[in-house]
Amino acid sequence: MIYAYFLIAIAVVVVAQRLPDKRAKRALFLALGIALLCAPLFDRNDATFNVLADAGIFVLLALGLNIVVGFAGLLDLGYAAFFAIGAYTYAMMASPQFNLHLPFWLLLFLAAAFASAFGIILGAPTLRLRGDYLAIVTLGFGEIVPQIFQNLTKYTGGPNGIGALDFPSFFGRSFGQSTIPYYYVVLALIALALFFAYNLRDSRLGRAWMAIREDELAARHMGINTTAVKLAAFALGASFSGLAGVVFAAKLSLVSPDLFQFQVSVLIVSMLVLGGMGNIPGVVVGALVLVLVNNVVLPQANTIAASAGLHVDFGNYHFFIYGAILVGIMLFRPEGLLPSRQRKEELHHAAA
Amino acid sequence: MLRLERVSKRFGELIAVNELSLSVAAGSISAIIGPNGAGKSTLFNMVSGIYRPSAGEIFFEDARIDVWPTHRIAAAGIARTFQNIRLFSFMAAIDNVLAGEDSHLHARLWDSLLHTPRQRREEKAARERARELLRFVGLEGVAETYARNLPYGSQRRLEIARALASRPKLLLLDEPAAGMNPREKGELADLVAAIRERGITVLLIEHDMGLVMRVSDEITVLDYGERIARGTPAEIRNDPRVIAAYLGTAVA
Repeated sequence: MIYAYFLIAIAVVVVAQRLPDKRAKRALFLALGIALLCAPLFDRNDATFNVLADAGIFVLLALGLNIVVGFAGLLDLGYAAFFAIGAYTYAMMASPQFNLHLPFWLLLFLAAAFASAFGIILGAPTLRLRGDYLAIVTLGFGEIVPQIFQNLTKYTGGPNGIGALDFPSFFGRSFGQSTIPYYYVVLALIALALFFAYNLRDSRLGRAWMAIREDELAARHMGINTTAVKLAAFALGASFSGLAGVVFAAKLSLVSPDLFQFQVSVLIVSMLVLGGMGNIPGVVVGALVLVLVNNVVLPQANTIAASAGLHVDFGNYHFFIYGAILVGIMLFRPEGLLPSRQRKEELHHAAA
Repeated sequence: MLRLERVSKRFGELIAVNELSLSVAAGSISAIIGPNGAGKSTLFNMVSGIYRPSAGEIFFEDARIDVWPTHRIAAAGIARTFQNIRLFSFMAAIDNVLAGEDSHLHARLWDSLLHTPRQRREEKAARERARELLRFVGLEGVAETYARNLPYGSQRRLEIARALASRPKLLLLDEPAAGMNPREKGELADLVAAIRERGITVLLIEHDMGLVMRVSDEITVLDYGERIARGTPAEIRNDPRVIAAYLGTAVA
């Protein structure tokens, strides 16, 4: 059953990408949206919506990182840091930790604001860096942030993290143990993120990002303020991640530093590479595919193996499996599953 | 309009430009010529803000610009093209031109995020201006083609359109005729004259003497980072120092 959700969503995005007619495209996305909204009316399986909400959180992360890496061309290997900042914002302000119990909805905004502020703070020192150098520095930030949360034991609970987070409530009704409300929150946030991402792409700012990605020096000569434009990319990208972090923390009712390690950043970058960097439908598909593999296929493979009397934990091999997928993509379709026109031509030219 | 006062640029031991003073009159077409390594491109890079002068000052409309960041110099009205074309390769021709308009757009972050009516109006007008500029340089048919896929001569013209999009008062052209055939060079000369007609001052570096002699009001000759001559095309053609340093006997 869970497969049906993923496969239908992926199929709709792939088909929509190929439709030349804008209105048909929109109708298709609208239909998918309505179907997803109505799904909980027919399917009351909490576990399903748990996985779907997780998938949605990663779609949000992929959309956010796509702004930084895909649009502006700034390779950020420490993106999980902003996810952590979002999650800890909720954990510290809606839990017994400081006996603060701020509402979930307010914290969504606050976390997005904090994450963007940190996006600017971490982005500012890297403005002169490009490519490999930028990747190394952002990787460092990605390591430092969870480390700080781990070592500020007094405030963050150290390695154990913070537990017993508040259940969010909606007009006085608590979300409770059900995962369905989170699923709806995630859907709404994805809709918002898509709206922003498309608008940004087709705007002055999106064009400026493309220009600095293509040739930063020339962009500066055309009067583009590259400092402001890059910081905007870091801030906006981070804000999506902050939102995702709040929902993630609230749903799990727990945060700890090990949830935001380097592998999370790598996973999100992999989603972009797999799906098609810079292309919004592409990165959504990339996120869905990897979450499907990670959260559905691998656990199921374990069950099947166990029933056959084998004791293998495929979960331990997930990096091997991503690796294999990425190597395959690089060999056979380096532009990703669903690339933008630009990226396709770029790699086509590079090969030629 | 543009004034350099005893400007020098050293790279370690190498003196690329040595105490050069120069002024460019508003509304003129001026050329800088000189053998390879004479410091022409270094000069352009200092005026447009890639390099800071090691000594001396650069003034544009009486403002001292050599301490400004590059994008501010561009916004103040100095646009340029590059010797080895630096277009945004995988952006449509029209998007290249639109990127050039950036410093004249007012859309803020929120306008970009929400596509406010103000942003829509502004984009529409900007697109109209971009189309007009593409027509002006003779590229109206290829607005949606990636810059990378345009023929060489068209790429040069697109670079000029992109530079014009920033509404410069002074346009710096760095070897605009490089790699062009005679017919394209003729069209380029017409284009440069038409740009001046728009009230834009042009300063160009060029190796093609035919083009330089045809379009320039004034020519400055550099050699080893120093100015060795300055005058009208007729004066330069007959200047013995220039002939010795650069032109040789072929033109004389």
